[in-house]
Amino acid sequence: MKLITHNMLTSKCLKGVVTGYPLAISATNIKVTEVDFNPDFIVRIIPKIDWEVFWKAADSIGHSDGLPQTVESKLHDNNDFLKKVHRVLLEVEIDEGHLTCPESGRQFPITKGIPNMLLTEAENKFAMLLKSANDLYHEVFAPMPRQI
Amino acid sequence: MSAVMKLKVIEGHLGSLSGFSKPKINYEQYETPAHIAAIALYTIQTQFESLENKLVLDAGCGPGMLSVGASLLGAAAVIAVDIDYEALQILNQNIEETETTNIDAIQCDFLDSEMYRWNNCFDTVVMNPPFGTKNNAGMDMKFLKMGLNLSSDCVYSLHKSSTRYISVLLLHRSHIEKKVREWGVKGEVIAELRYNLESSYKFHKHKSKDIAVDLWRLFHPS
Repeated sequence: MKLITHNMLTSKCLKGVVTGYPLAISATNIKVTEVDFNPDFIVRIIPKIDWEVFWKAADSIGHSDGLPQTVESKLHDNNDFLKKVHRVLLEVEIDEGHLTCPESGRQFPITKGIPNMLLTEAENKFAMLLKSANDLYHEVFAPMPRQI
Repeated sequence: MSAVMKLKVIEGHLGSLSGFSKPKINYEQYETPAHIAAIALYTIQTQFESLENKLVLDAGCGPGMLSVGASLLGAAAVIAVDIDYEALQILNQNIEETETTNIDAIQCDFLDSEMYRWNNCFDTVVMNPPFGTKNNAGMDMKFLKMGLNLSSDCVYSLHKSSTRYISVLLLHRSHIEKKVREWGVKGEVIAELRYNLESSYKFHKHKSKDIAVDLWRLFHPS
């Protein structure tokens, strides 16, 4: 799992979890694989990233060296900066470990680089029950005229 | 518009990939033939420049025919999602063999992925969704809808074309065309692809079987 992916994942699917973001990373094996450097893409992707979450994630796995804690637009012309972002965002990979939901503590394993975000059958049933209760409310009860 | 690789070369690479070891019927797993994937991706790049330097999502990636193809055609990064662990293992193998290092896989239920922070995040979404027959009725349309939610530009999707031809005969719009209207997006078929099974499987006992798929391009009106 690359950090670009981590930046997008949440555990909001879990019952009672409101934001489920960011997921904490525990890594037992990290690898770095070379990816073609594309400065234009990095400039374009930076605004889409939650930078604080990206920085903290990088820091938590020991890869924040040289990465500024806040990003400024003037850095977009700085090739060293873009290369650093490229490396941490696309080349550093968590190969083995797990992600932890910040609210519930539920862990999602990462095996051979692939995070498993699927819910168990029991979790799924509960989520569906919640969803149908919510649908029922919006379709049936919410449109009813309110009595004073 | 150009592509970084010739069509024959991509097709050659994709033809060497491993497929599903044991396709699971409940997920409607069937492979995207290399020939179809190659032409589809080549068309997406040469006609619309939607792969090179783009952030691409492959929804329901399976063994990764479209992911690997997109990466070979110069995608900046590809996120590949599938519900099936075994399919993703084969994807990992295919990534290793083709030395494509910019594909990142996630095991998750794509249709549940509204919860991730990636609405309108991807430049391009590619998919060969489950056909949505019998037990999975409407699955293909759910995939399309979710793809549209997650893309900031275009969704490219492969669909069996038989249903469209039947609709033409019956003189009414196809299912996808109806949905496209309902969702307020734009959509068109950009390629009609034919694949002759016999030509690749000489040992087949049945008569040659043509598979026909349409490559759809759906996008948000600007």
